[in-house]
Amino acid sequence: MREKRPALIVTFPTTAAAMEAERFCLAQGIPGRVIPVPREITAGCGLAWKAPPEAEAQMTEALGAAGLTWSDMRVLLV
Amino acid sequence: MIYLDNAATTLVKPPQVIDAVVRAMTSMGNAARGAHTGALEASRTIYGARVKLAELFCCPRPDHVVFAANATEALNMALSGLLNPGDHVISTDWEHNSVLRPLYRLEAERGIALSFVPADRLGRLDDSMFETLMRPSTKAVVCAHASNLTGNVLDLRRVGETARRHGALFLVDAAQTAGSLPVDMEAMDIDVLCFTGHKGLMGPQGTGGLCIRPGVELRPWKVGGSGVHSYDRNQPQSYPTRLEAGTLNGHGIAGLSAALDFILETGVEAIEQRERQLMERFYSGVAAIDGVSVYGEFSQKRRAAIVALNLRDWDSAAVSDELSQTYSIATRPGAHCAPRMHRALGTEDQGAVRFSFSWFNTEEEIDAAVRAVQTLAEE
Repeated sequence: MREKRPALIVTFPTTAAAMEAERFCLAQGIPGRVIPVPREITAGCGLAWKAPPEAEAQMTEALGAAGLTWSDMRVLLV
Repeated sequence: MIYLDNAATTLVKPPQVIDAVVRAMTSMGNAARGAHTGALEASRTIYGARVKLAELFCCPRPDHVVFAANATEALNMALSGLLNPGDHVISTDWEHNSVLRPLYRLEAERGIALSFVPADRLGRLDDSMFETLMRPSTKAVVCAHASNLTGNVLDLRRVGETARRHGALFLVDAAQTAGSLPVDMEAMDIDVLCFTGHKGLMGPQGTGGLCIRPGVELRPWKVGGSGVHSYDRNQPQSYPTRLEAGTLNGHGIAGLSAALDFILETGVEAIEQRERQLMERFYSGVAAIDGVSVYGEFSQKRRAAIVALNLRDWDSAAVSDELSQTYSIATRPGAHCAPRMHRALGTEDQGAVRFSFSWFNTEEEIDAAVRAVQTLAEE
């Protein structure tokens, strides 16, 4: 397994919301990619956006300004 | 074969629809089930289709576009998810069994009350009747955008305004018009729009869905796997997941998405105009033939590309079969799942032969169909 590193993890209530966020982030040049939700957040399943930790402020502002929905946003070792 | 049964399903699809389905079947995983390349391609494709449908129908949010197998399933989801004991519903004589049977079942099982705006002998509805039939308990107005038998179109803006003024939900069955006529949820005050993907939208069979105005809350009629919140006992409440338990028809939706590209690039108005030209060419060719009875109103500014007719008192099934066997022309005879409309027109026993047209029909095909009707009428 790869060594764990800090990353900003953003989760969403639905796959549609995750896809909407991915489309938005790619269009805005916000770094990151879609990954399965890490178990530290939920032992369920679903999709999350993984970005560098320093992107938190940019993500919060951009998603909020666009009116996009997310469930949780935090930095984790993943 | 000259295919003139497009109100049942469009047989000729844009080539990119077939290409998209083949590509999806060789590359797509299961949407919302994991984050590998194949699963993400499916999730992205399906989300892209939601965005295009929201644009086409002016649905305020793509995540309020919910996929179903067809318009019938979407209508069942909407009606079952919204209506409660004691609710009153207004519908019309134009309705397909996809609306009527769910309503009749809810009448029997939940005690909802039903009123129908009647169609006259020419198949016309009196729009003012929606106002007349309103009660304090009226929960919803449910109606087809166009009759699947005559092609006549309802003034959705007027009906939607009436429903809104009385605090009733406005549910529209756009099975015969989605992709062929403009539908604007916001301008028409539509709360739930139900559509099928395989008719005017030119996508594969097995696709359809509903667009829901934000704030309209439907109970899920099925629950199960969602790909999210797996340890919750209940179905997730966020749209579209709330109503989409189980694997979606991703391959079909990929085809529908390609069809939506075609429609958005071509323009619904251009499609409407083309189909209307073909319909009027056929109508003007057959209307005056001795022994031909054409149903519905043709003075409407806007109508679906449908012409239903009978030859003398002949069985519509026999006429349709003759058209198929002798002239290779595909039409639809019988009752068209529209029992109230046939009763209104007085065609309950005879049925009618329905000719319905699409963007891909040609003038030569129309003229051949006119000649076939002329020849049959002279026999």
